[in-house]
Amino acid sequence: MHELSVTQGMLDIALDKAREAQASRITAINLVIGEMTSIVDDCVQFYFDFLSKDSIASEAKLSFTRIPMQVRCRHCGFSFSPDKSVWSCPQCGKWDVEIVAGQEFYIDSIEVE
Amino acid sequence: MKVKVLQNILDANDQIANRNRQVLDKAGVLAINIMSSPGAGKTSLILQTIARLKDKVRIAVVEGDIASTIDADRIGKEEISVVQINTGGACHLDANMVSNALDSLSLEDIDLLLIENVGNLVCPAEFKTGAHKQMMLLSIPEGDDKPYKYPLMFTESEVIILNKIDLLPLLDFDINAFRQAVTGLNPRVKIFPVSCKTGEGIEEWISWLESELRGR
Repeated sequence: MHELSVTQGMLDIALDKAREAQASRITAINLVIGEMTSIVDDCVQFYFDFLSKDSIASEAKLSFTRIPMQVRCRHCGFSFSPDKSVWSCPQCGKWDVEIVAGQEFYIDSIEVE
Repeated sequence: MKVKVLQNILDANDQIANRNRQVLDKAGVLAINIMSSPGAGKTSLILQTIARLKDKVRIAVVEGDIASTIDADRIGKEEISVVQINTGGACHLDANMVSNALDSLSLEDIDLLLIENVGNLVCPAEFKTGAHKQMMLLSIPEGDDKPYKYPLMFTESEVIILNKIDLLPLLDFDINAFRQAVTGLNPRVKIFPVSCKTGEGIEEWISWLESELRGR
């Protein structure tokens, strides 16, 4: 759905950074995507292949590091990955958590020549 | 050679959202981003809000839909400034679309801007618009398990309107289970059970809104 516009955004950032580094080629883009975002890796790859065609990023390898959703209990501080519909803390039993991971959506690094 | 980037991919959108916020603050406008699935009652809630507040508060509306002006036409009948954004396929409003809408409003003459996002329980929560408040509606027929399936939307929202409570006798919606699910993830959320059809519960929502307006 909106993978096209976010892939364009991602490509723009990568090209900017490559320009800053005075690189002639981008060989890899390393992405970090949290489980809770609605981004589908295959769609990003598909749009990337299309959008990067005439740029120094064409044929760059995309890597996707997926971060699972993690929450932390506000009462006892225990961190865990909630299972289906059970979000109560397995340590103290309270239902009061904050999300600490799973919402990431950034470029970690690029590899250039 | 590896070049460290550590840049959020939605940075460009966030920057425009921040600009929108500054524009709104300069004009003294409180803007609220209203999200929900299609048919949960966003437009109905906006119409109820207009009916009860338009003599006291200067309200304008931004309507986001993939196509049609149906919602903007309904709002327009209330003689309220309304801008319809047709996204032409995009499943959510982004900061750029909202920025264009702000350009066509006289913000100096507005106290409250209600932004009705595209009906979608997934994507709108991920794209900042520059609004001061994020809220969502869930309607009784959608079921009480939605917080588990769409956690981002439920954690991003400061207010949840639980609409269509007039249908509770006909459906298996467990309000306590729903409250537990939502407040477990978002303890400070305010939940307003309402029926936009019968008017039940709307006063509590209006009171909250009025206190937010006073607080600016």
